[in-house]
Amino acid sequence: MKIEVNGTAQELTAATVAEALSELGWGTARVATALNGEFLSKAARPTTPLRDGDRLEVLAPMQGG
Amino acid sequence: MRKFYGVSLDSPLMLGTAQYPSPAVLEAAFRSSGASVATVSLRREGGQGQAFWDIIRGLGVHVLPNTAGCYSAREAITTAQMAREMFETNWIKLEVIGHADTLQPDPFGLLEATEALATDGFEVFPYTTEDQVLAARLLEAGATVLMPWGAPIGSGLGLNNRYGLKTLRAAFPDVPMVIDAGLGLPSHAADAMEMGFDAVLLNTAVAQAGDPVAMARAFALAAQAGALAQAADPMEPRDMAAPSTPVIGKAWL
Repeated sequence: MKIEVNGTAQELTAATVAEALSELGWGTARVATALNGEFLSKAARPTTPLRDGDRLEVLAPMQGG
Repeated sequence: MRKFYGVSLDSPLMLGTAQYPSPAVLEAAFRSSGASVATVSLRREGGQGQAFWDIIRGLGVHVLPNTAGCYSAREAITTAQMAREMFETNWIKLEVIGHADTLQPDPFGLLEATEALATDGFEVFPYTTEDQVLAARLLEAGATVLMPWGAPIGSGLGLNNRYGLKTLRAAFPDVPMVIDAGLGLPSHAADAMEMGFDAVLLNTAVAQAGDPVAMARAFALAAQAGALAQAADPMEPRDMAAPSTPVIGKAWL
């Protein structure tokens, strides 16, 4: 299944967003997620299925003004 | 100092966390200044986010996430929701930018996002202009704090429209207000505090100074001096001279 992760196309076998994060190596990282432009809470990740062509944003704390 | 969503701050200095020469300098700047709030953002995970978060947590200050770089209410709302979960705070420095050259707030998007976020339980710090009508609308929409700009972000111009800011301060005497953006020198911070603003928020002026640690402290002292002066009820300026030394008793020579 082809998913766009942070703007880059990725081939993933994960069925859910939580599985995708593990597959991408962010299983334990402190990240926030949005799926297709909508906020996706941490609690909803294990039960949210991924579909071909989905856009997943994975954000981390960063410097800001 | 007026409270920010029920929180009293130890220092009227809020500092950004971007553009420092190194994480060590960032930490030292916070320690030397005693800044009470750190602004942070969310960006695509590139591997450094976790270490950065550890540094921020170690500072022991209030964290104010921003929605920098958002050009629509929808984008800003989604970013705010992600920030709330990530940083475990209802505080959000709401930026909805209207123009890339001036980084001027988009008043319409800002109002829309403020309304949506305040309804959703956020404690919104809207980055706004000195426009009094917009300020009234933002307060109606549920913000109880305002962050009027001093000058465009990163410009270092200081208080670009003192008349407008003074009018805004006078129009809403009970509303906590932070001068956010555009400050370049500690004297700008002192000026803002003397005018009755409750805090100043800056980043570039400290981070890009030759010695960010010393400059952070200079800003902290200036903001503190301005706050003290404001509380001490400054004299009114006058056009003509008035002798301070008694005239009576002067020798007839």
